[in-house]
Amino acid sequence: MRATESPPRAGGPTGERPAERRSPGPARVALRHRLAERGIDRQLLLLAPAALFVLVLFVYPFGYGVGLSFQPAEGGPFGAYQEFFSDPYQRDTIWTTLKLSLPAALLNVAASVPIAYRMRGRFRGKRLLTTVLVVPITLGTVLTAQGLLNFLGPTGWFNRILLGVGLADEPVRLTNNYWGVFFSIVITGFPFAFLLVLSYLSGIDPSLERAAATLGAGWWQRFRRITLPLLAPGLATTFCLTFVLAFSVFPSAILVGDPAGTTRVISIAAYEAAYVRYDYPMAATIAVLMGLVELLVIAAVLGWRALLYTGSTAGGKG
Amino acid sequence: MSFAELRLEGVTRSFAGHDALTELSLTVRRGEFIALLGPSGCGKSTALNCLAGLLPLTRGSIWSDETRLDTVPAEKRGFGMVFQNYALFPHMSVRRNVAFGLQMRRLPRAEVRRRTEEAIRLVRLEEHAGKLPGQLSGGQQQRVAIARAVVLEPALVLMDEPLSNLDAKLRLEMRTEIRRLHQSLGLTTVYVTHDQEEALSLADRLVVLREGRVQQIGTPEELHTRPANWHVADFMGYRNLLRLRAESGGGPEVVVTGQGMRLVGTPVGPVSAGAEVIAGVRPEDLRITGPDESVPATVEVVEYQGREVAVEARTAEGVQFNLRTDQRPALGDRIGIGVDPARLLVFPLTEPAEQSEQSGQSEQSGQSGDGPAPDVVAGSSTDAPVEAAPDSSAETAVDEPAGGGSR
Amino acid sequence: MGAVTAPAPRRRRLVARPAAWLIWGVVAFFFVNLAGVIGSVLVSSFGDRWYDTWLPQGWTTRWYGQSWQEFGLFQVLLVTLEVSLLVVGISVLVGVPAAYVLARRSFPGRRLLYLLFLLPILMPPITYGIPLATVLYKYGFAGHLSGVVLANLVPSVPFVILTMTPFIEQIDPAVERAARMCGAGTRQIFVRILAPLLTPGILAASILVLVRTVGMFELTFLTAGPDSQTLVVALYYSMSAAGIRAQQSIDAMAVIYTTMMLVLLVIALRFVNPTQLVARVREDVD
Repeated sequence: MRATESPPRAGGPTGERPAERRSPGPARVALRHRLAERGIDRQLLLLAPAALFVLVLFVYPFGYGVGLSFQPAEGGPFGAYQEFFSDPYQRDTIWTTLKLSLPAALLNVAASVPIAYRMRGRFRGKRLLTTVLVVPITLGTVLTAQGLLNFLGPTGWFNRILLGVGLADEPVRLTNNYWGVFFSIVITGFPFAFLLVLSYLSGIDPSLERAAATLGAGWWQRFRRITLPLLAPGLATTFCLTFVLAFSVFPSAILVGDPAGTTRVISIAAYEAAYVRYDYPMAATIAVLMGLVELLVIAAVLGWRALLYTGSTAGGKG
Repeated sequence: MSFAELRLEGVTRSFAGHDALTELSLTVRRGEFIALLGPSGCGKSTALNCLAGLLPLTRGSIWSDETRLDTVPAEKRGFGMVFQNYALFPHMSVRRNVAFGLQMRRLPRAEVRRRTEEAIRLVRLEEHAGKLPGQLSGGQQQRVAIARAVVLEPALVLMDEPLSNLDAKLRLEMRTEIRRLHQSLGLTTVYVTHDQEEALSLADRLVVLREGRVQQIGTPEELHTRPANWHVADFMGYRNLLRLRAESGGGPEVVVTGQGMRLVGTPVGPVSAGAEVIAGVRPEDLRITGPDESVPATVEVVEYQGREVAVEARTAEGVQFNLRTDQRPALGDRIGIGVDPARLLVFPLTEPAEQSEQSGQSEQSGQSGDGPAPDVVAGSSTDAPVEAAPDSSAETAVDEPAGGGSR
Repeated sequence: MGAVTAPAPRRRRLVARPAAWLIWGVVAFFFVNLAGVIGSVLVSSFGDRWYDTWLPQGWTTRWYGQSWQEFGLFQVLLVTLEVSLLVVGISVLVGVPAAYVLARRSFPGRRLLYLLFLLPILMPPITYGIPLATVLYKYGFAGHLSGVVLANLVPSVPFVILTMTPFIEQIDPAVERAARMCGAGTRQIFVRILAPLLTPGILAASILVLVRTVGMFELTFLTAGPDSQTLVVALYYSMSAAGIRAQQSIDAMAVIYTTMMLVLLVIALRFVNPTQLVARVREDVD
């Protein structure tokens, strides 16, 4: 065994050298090291533009809006909020919106699960199916509204079929009311929910179900005991995203709904305050409340989700 | 950039306050093949990345002769590196992968081409030079990674478990190949592995790490026959570790007793009478004797391993032994287990506190003696040769690697 | 629909048959109605006069010429194109480096930042659109192209970040380290290694942002002036002012919009999986 570590400080002419060299920058180097150890270095500057964008275009306006909501023309800092809650015409928009968006989001998720479960394997035409499903999402709400007006209107094809088959005696009124908006949400929201659920389902290792089958579980038990618990967190996320989509319903509530009555959703109230009455503090108040209500619902769902198992959905060897 | 010797001085790296590598001091001489060896999480990869410049040091310094290196960024150090999963550029052909480093150095095109072809020929991939990495087998990808690292004629080649993703047969082939390249190109190589057999066969010197601390630095033979402490022994294939008590102390031989047996062994490190010790012996150094000699035991498992068999036998006290023998005992046979005192190494249970960094150096078996003794022994208890072994508390650093690869 | 057949092995199919039929029935019903929604717009736009009948009395293409003229569609399409390209370009330039850092590094405040980037996607556009429009009006951006672009960047930059993150995570960090060991500096790593490897991801993100920007109604609606309307906003205005214009010319405009979206969609699907169009929300976000 030869000497392994060479100790340069063991005296001699070289003994002084390292100390000299090291002296200029120990403090600087040390600080850099300490920061680097915590993951802070110049590379983080790449984040700056994006962070700046979000701060200037999202956080600042939002904060500005919150500030504005506390400065109404009259009634003190909470005047606008008091006004909102004391006026049933405004206050009820929250309820109207929830009444539309919660059932629609629930339906979208609930209908997606069995269909996605059925289709999670590979089969011919799956890509085509998913492609067609994407269409309504990309079309957007405005076009869907126009289509619904044509299709579901009193003289539209849908009512013609109902009358022709004899399911109805007179045209069913499906537009310019609650149902028109509801269908519009389902048409854009269902494919959205379905594709998400499908991708979560495909992430669950199929051999888990096969393992359960070898242990004697029937298809319902396999679904109930194995797949559903693993899927549940994904369902919560899906529900949140679908709910956000439904909750922000705006153009279709005006176009296929009854914007003065049963589908006067909260975004309409906010829009009216800002661009019809030019009452910016009120508009900001409504926007803040809208965000708050939405976040409350999401927080409730995510809170429930946090109680679930959210780890790997692979069968081991994660 | 070539050096006569490369020195690591007290290199330390911590992550979020936890030291992953503590005070590594090592001198690599030009032309040497050094293996950093240890179980996963022992800090060997951290050490390699610090050396490469991919991780900044928390403390300590690295010197290339008289030049301080640890402040130089990785791309300027002029080292070559082979990664565990090869890390080939997936969008470039073999030729472009190998040429990449030369192009980064802005060498003339003709020279880039000449050296690239030469390196590809060296690893015998001429026929695959135009292919993308995805079209190559694991072994071929490995060769590309090596060609890419050595084409720059680096002052130092770093290899991070380069063979761990290959199957057993290919691993043996590539091992020879790596050693051949090291010698024919006159490379200096630092090689990280958890496979003690690989390290022993490749390296001129081995550095055994455990929990970020150097346990021992030595030649393959030193490590094989004289592990510095029982952790190293455990890692180097001493599968039978018995927790016993020393009857005598100080002499060239020591009598150890406990768990219904009485054995004679060779002390490694200070073993005083009455002290708790760990006695270690390799399966191949145990021999089967008549049932009433030495330690009596019952055969429980017999595993066929070609010319030899691996035998698990248990004593009346419940102590389990692993043997390798060319005899063929049957299940349930009563045997006796004998051991040559020279092959039974007796280690102190806790290591003596270090006097100073360097003084431990001169000790007999090349024990590097870095840092203080490990806290109360924990470790091989997971290997469970001895039920009564050290309380299997928190840090079980040494997991399965012991002996595993030693066939 | 004909191409879609149940894949299940025979034994299971026998047991699950009624349920399977029910499920396929629901899917079929959805698609029939979807076809009806889109088809009725399409038929109407080519219809001469269509009152209380199954199909129009005659066929014509004149509504297209009419809506092109009346709504100044050329100008509108030009604005749509300008806005979308600007939004795509800027959000990719800003979002990709940020996504790289967020995917690769851990640093104090990373989760907070991630949440901050997630919020504009999670919040209804109206909630931040109204205060944002107010601010943009205050500084004179709103009513112009710049205001529309700025407003549309708010969800687009985070969207690029979310879309790019999995693409970046796919690239083995060892590849970058290998490039460094070969002597490549940070810039060279970005140009020679990351950019080529990330091209599919950047393409996907660009297309997705393009689709979303062309379809984004609320933010454009709140910030656009008369000269900076995109197609979807122009469509909305013509619809809500119905009665003034012939219904069919609105339908024609809707068809132009649909066609444009479908073309984008077909292009998009060459590069991305349909599921990606929906969202790519990482599971470890919250």
